[in-house]
Amino acid sequence: MGATRTAGVLSPPAHRAARRPLRWTTPAFLAPLIVYLLLFYAYPLYRNIELSLHDYTPRAFIQGNPEFTGLESYAKILSDDAFLRALGNTALFTLGSIAVQYALGLALAVFFHRSFRLSAVLRAMFLVPWLLPLIVSASTWSWMLNSENGIVNAALQAFGIGQINWLTSPDTSLLAVTIANIWLGIPFNLVILYAGLQNIPAPLYEAAGLDGATAWQQFWRITFPLLRPVSAITLLLGLIYTLKVVDIIWIMTRGGPADASTTLAIWSYREAFGTGQPDFSPAAAVGNLLILIAFAAGLVHVRLQRGEERS
Amino acid sequence: MRTRWKTALGVVLVAVMLFPVYWMVNVSLTRTSDMRADPPHWFPWNPTFEGYAAAFGQQLPALATSLFIGLGTVVLTLAVSLPAGYALAKLRPRGGRAIDFLLLVAQMIPAVVMAMGFYAIYIRLGLLNTVPGLIVADSTLAVPFGVLLFRAFMAGIPGELLSAAQIDGASTWRTFRSIILPLSRNSAITVSLFTFLWAWSDFIFASTLNRNSDVIPITLSIFRYIGNNTTQWNSIMATAVIASIPAAFLLILAQRYIAAGVTAGAVKD
Repeated sequence: MGATRTAGVLSPPAHRAARRPLRWTTPAFLAPLIVYLLLFYAYPLYRNIELSLHDYTPRAFIQGNPEFTGLESYAKILSDDAFLRALGNTALFTLGSIAVQYALGLALAVFFHRSFRLSAVLRAMFLVPWLLPLIVSASTWSWMLNSENGIVNAALQAFGIGQINWLTSPDTSLLAVTIANIWLGIPFNLVILYAGLQNIPAPLYEAAGLDGATAWQQFWRITFPLLRPVSAITLLLGLIYTLKVVDIIWIMTRGGPADASTTLAIWSYREAFGTGQPDFSPAAAVGNLLILIAFAAGLVHVRLQRGEERS
Repeated sequence: MRTRWKTALGVVLVAVMLFPVYWMVNVSLTRTSDMRADPPHWFPWNPTFEGYAAAFGQQLPALATSLFIGLGTVVLTLAVSLPAGYALAKLRPRGGRAIDFLLLVAQMIPAVVMAMGFYAIYIRLGLLNTVPGLIVADSTLAVPFGVLLFRAFMAGIPGELLSAAQIDGASTWRTFRSIILPLSRNSAITVSLFTFLWAWSDFIFASTLNRNSDVIPITLSIFRYIGNNTTQWNSIMATAVIASIPAAFLLILAQRYIAAGVTAGAVKD
């Protein structure tokens, strides 16, 4: 990566002198992407904003004459009791997921940092949860967490813990989907943090070792501080990805029971597609709020990355 | 001695991490009569393939649909992102930075929001419940990634190579076709593999844009299967195992191609 960047910086003069493409050539190469972004990103997003500003009943959808309601959908959502609940669930689900994923991912990255026999193979095995289709992981977790026949409860029983209704009790369903989501996110954290560790100069550790620093001290004095930029990016990307999670929760609990595991993304999905009575306007409003939150995190991410590149 | 201890611990950690995968395979081989055993059987002592028979009997059309959708998404993604990656890396277009930024932003949009937008558009165009509609929607998962990866790779192709072609009278298109494309083979394979996997795994677009279709991909098919019969968990898990095969391929193949892409870029500088 570093080598690529230097090449980019060094070569421009040569390029400009040697090659002057026809005026329309560059736009022609970019045109497919620009058309694509306009048609399949900008237009859906525009439609989504439009949905949230009108009262789109299923009938109005087909006839194309929805009533303009301005910000009414937003007002309705923000004053709904379910909103605070969903916001709280989103915060718990997201922050809980990324905190634990990060901690476990970092511990594993440090574990794999110094190579040992089979370390590359074992590290590759950790990618499996990342690569499996979500429906596969989600349905496997559902069956493992099944109240009567699940392996998790059977194992807990051996320790004298009684039956826990993971997915069907409002007290545990959010925890259950968070656990599954943590499992899914560990590989991503491991990969990025491991790459970050490789960039920490080895002589630092050697010097610290000579000075008699323990492994624990080396971690807190060298690894953790030097990994801070990578950590920040990992956590932010985790935040952005986790905010949008729908599949895993929907497949395992459908946001239930009694909204106990309903996040903002799930709320939006359910209003639009999850019931027999699609209600697109509030769903779109919730979706747009979600975009705002994600963009706020995204802006921080871009800032951090620019800072990284500069340093 | 120390590394042997680490290897042992590593094996244990992998075993814990991959336990759900083991459990999926275990359940897929369990007889229906043993499914509700208490405690559950930790190992399929009396394996049965009735789950796999049922899965193949019922899920083949859905698997074929997913295969087709995956390949279609790969073609569309490559067609859009290869030329764009080249333009951004080598032709220094006006507004290139703005496009970079847009691609980053595009990756942050929740799929559920995209699904609603596509739904509103497709319902008018009659593209709901169609395979092409789903291919277009699935490609939005991969195009920003593809463009950014191609751009990063192509930026590493030496400028002298392109200047030489130029001096020999090659047009930009000819340079793209005869120099850039062959050199980008490995990164194209990497993008294709990931794109295929994402399209293959997609649930949100399938469950929103194709939910009333007769032609459904495997993810939606498994979801309906779970909804319809909660007793046949061996068939459900057998289908899940089959649906995971592309992931297994990717783990073996892409590892090599990711490494190949990275080192190729480094060596050529």
